[in-house]
Amino acid sequence: MTNLPIRDTIVSMKNNRALFLQGIKDGVPIALGYLAVSFSLGIPAAKAGLSPFQGFLASFLCNASAGEYAGFTMIAAQVSYWEMALATLIANARYFLMSCAESQRMAPDLKLRHRLLIGFDVTDEIFGISIAREGDIPPWYVYGAMAVAIPGWSVGTAIGIFAGEVLPARAVSALSVALFGMFFAIIIPPARKDKLIAGIILVCFTLSYLCSVLPVVCGLPEGTRTIILAVVISAAAALLFPRKTEDEPAPEEARREEAAP
Amino acid sequence: MKSIWLYIAVMAGVTFLIRVLPLTVIRKKIKNRFFNSFLYYVPYVTLAVMTFPAIVHATQSVWSGVAAMVVGVLAAWLGADLFKTAIACCVTVFVLELILVH
Repeated sequence: MTNLPIRDTIVSMKNNRALFLQGIKDGVPIALGYLAVSFSLGIPAAKAGLSPFQGFLASFLCNASAGEYAGFTMIAAQVSYWEMALATLIANARYFLMSCAESQRMAPDLKLRHRLLIGFDVTDEIFGISIAREGDIPPWYVYGAMAVAIPGWSVGTAIGIFAGEVLPARAVSALSVALFGMFFAIIIPPARKDKLIAGIILVCFTLSYLCSVLPVVCGLPEGTRTIILAVVISAAAALLFPRKTEDEPAPEEARREEAAP
Repeated sequence: MKSIWLYIAVMAGVTFLIRVLPLTVIRKKIKNRFFNSFLYYVPYVTLAVMTFPAIVHATQSVWSGVAAMVVGVLAAWLGADLFKTAIACCVTVFVLELILVH
């Protein structure tokens, strides 16, 4: 029976291969969606002065739409590195929630390297398809999806920056609102279903506008105002309207919520 | 002039830590109701705050930005997906600026 571990290894290698291929298959539609979103993300990145390669790198390493957008506006404003860290923390806070949910679905003895690699690309979509599976999340399935989703996301950003550099001002102006359009598509449907969310969004718009025109506050960099407003409004909402516990985003909900990482 | 490379490094480092900490160190369900509620609201609030009034200043004319906002909210309200909403906003700006911007 000494060859049993070897046979086990061979079986698990075959399994991993099948899982990886399955991940690729499920990752292709995600990658195509990412191309469009990250292209739009390239426009503000170009305005912030990033080269196509820098945009590629930022997207390859971050895999985050709102987080990267916040980061690019911070680069444009030349804020301190601390403010950059804070803005990234706030804009990406929801991934913390997703990772918490995902950690409950991993084999308890899963090796650290797998945890680090999976953690590298916890996005709304990858999280969605991973958690939608039955049982413990198989790392190789996630890697398959990552293998196509990450290139889609990072190449799209580089193309977007290139477009931002070479297209005429008229076209760039039109493309500048693409990302905001996608943000609307993320926040408006839940607002339609839930008056509380709708109210909070209205408060956000109002306060954000006021902060951009009121004396003293309007002197702060845009990114700094975003951080302060995001923390204050979210904390106020959490205090005034706390949510019931066991409110983890269901996979379906998470996927509908946002089609960008 | 600060370095774009360093900015990217900070973004990447912080983003990685946020995602990896719950998978490695914490591994427990977060039970704090305030913290959970806070994390639930943050995405909506962040996106809303980042969108307005920024959208109005992103375009060549303030009015095309305002129009894009109205069209975007309406399209999303009526159920247009991510891609269609974005296209609707872009087309609005492009067409309006043919008239507004010379």
